[in-house]
Amino acid sequence: MKVLIVPPNSLILFDLVERFGHEPLSVMGALQERIENREIESPPMNITVDDVKKGLKYAGIEVPSGIRGRLAVYGPLIDQAEAAVIMEDAPFMFGCVGCARTNEMMKLLIRKRKIPILELDYPENEDEAKAMVAKLKAFLEGLK
Amino acid sequence: MIKIAQLSCGTDYSGVQSEIENAATAVGGKMVYPDVDMEKINAAVEKFGFNPVSPQLKLMIARAMSLAEKRYDADAVFIASCFRCAEAALVRTELRKFIQNNTRLPVVTYSFTERTKAGQLLTRMEALVTIVERKELLARERQVGLTAGLDSGSSTTKAMIMRDNQIIGKAWTPTADVFSSAERVLAQALEQAGVKQSELEAIGTTGYGRFTLGKKFNAKLVQEELTVNSKGAVWLANKQKGEATIIDIGGMDNKAITIRDGIPDNFTMGGICAGASGRFMELTAKRLGVEITELGALADKGDPSKVKMNSYCSIFGIQDLVTSLAAGNTLEDVASAACHSVAEQIYEQQLQEIEVRQPVIQVGGTSLISGLVTAMEHTLGQRPIVPPNSQYIGAAGAALLSSGFLEGR
Repeated sequence: MKVLIVPPNSLILFDLVERFGHEPLSVMGALQERIENREIESPPMNITVDDVKKGLKYAGIEVPSGIRGRLAVYGPLIDQAEAAVIMEDAPFMFGCVGCARTNEMMKLLIRKRKIPILELDYPENEDEAKAMVAKLKAFLEGLK
Repeated sequence: MIKIAQLSCGTDYSGVQSEIENAATAVGGKMVYPDVDMEKINAAVEKFGFNPVSPQLKLMIARAMSLAEKRYDADAVFIASCFRCAEAALVRTELRKFIQNNTRLPVVTYSFTERTKAGQLLTRMEALVTIVERKELLARERQVGLTAGLDSGSSTTKAMIMRDNQIIGKAWTPTADVFSSAERVLAQALEQAGVKQSELEAIGTTGYGRFTLGKKFNAKLVQEELTVNSKGAVWLANKQKGEATIIDIGGMDNKAITIRDGIPDNFTMGGICAGASGRFMELTAKRLGVEITELGALADKGDPSKVKMNSYCSIFGIQDLVTSLAAGNTLEDVASAACHSVAEQIYEQQLQEIEVRQPVIQVGGTSLISGLVTAMEHTLGQRPIVPPNSQYIGAAGAALLSSGFLEGR
């Protein structure tokens, strides 16, 4: 199944989802596609005015352009996700999209999809980390 | 190559990063991104004292700290964030103050939309580069020889001829075709001065049409209006020494520039909304059925408190104006309210981004609208100085600075 990870650029969540037999939906993939398969018009991430307009599907015109641009990249991932893993309160070094408002909006959009979602708290010690991985394993193995 | 440190959030996801880089490259600058150690970001945020939720804003703070603590070398700073983002606006403003208090680097802030293009950023970038690169030229206090300045503005084109630090000819016209408008005013100014174009030792161009005119007239100086206008303003106001703030409400955008000994050290330039521009004054005059030259005196007779008008947008501003007239308010009160609306927005948008230093010198064509100067006085609590020939600041500055290129003088 296609499992969206949040933060969408977390290498740890990406690796865990892949290990347990699912296809992680991540920003790395979305950006790689933009950079490799298109003519570069707007480096570094090749996000154009038209992309930012596509973000209007997810947030209104009064929302800052950086949020709409981010949602133009992450929105299609949310649309195609069949399940999602959300890590709450993760420090930015674990993975982030840079904008706290976009993070919140992404979580709302995912929750509105009514797909299976696992919401985890960021582990503060080794025991919590083990428990987190066990929860994640059980969730991913339970997806059909 | 002038290194402009970029502290920003959202430029890449808004699709404007390449526009920023193109603008910098076009004026001989290069955007650079101060290195920060990921481990030190939280410590920098703690030291700064404002902890934003968005990680990209934390990174902006850490980058500013890196500049302030001289761990990264740059010549100027560009701080940008998304238009309408409240959290970023707070960080942007506080970072600007932090940079100004802790470094001697010129800084400009900007809030962008996805439609921001390199052209809109060009003047700001060019001014940053000029302040760093041309300090010696900007320090020039006297005009020498026989030179001309051409200011191709969005509304009007101005020409001034100067000889040995004296104005000997000047002319202006509404801008139509950039070249023919300039050709016309130059011919008129030359005639008034009693000299021929071939006798001119140097020409300087500024304003929106500066590049086109620079090429056509083989100008020795082709420079953005922020630094040129501030130079012209202090020369015309005879305030070359000490500190001052220059307010230039232009036809399409407005500028607030702080200067020290005639050299700009900071500036802000508005441009997203036209409600605070000279164009709004023109629209107001047209709707009130008076000439723009009569608007100021009309406004001076009115009471702005009787009319509610404060709009960022010129269209909405005119709607307010129409509603006020329909409600039976007098032309005088409406004209005064329109002037106060512009003044308040200059205060809210531009003057919040710089540290206002006395004296305030108000210049540009709009400074001839006395009602607008009165409105600025009410807003600032002190009447700005309006120097003679205040509408010719760009042309005067260009004539003055171009003389710096005359050999041995």
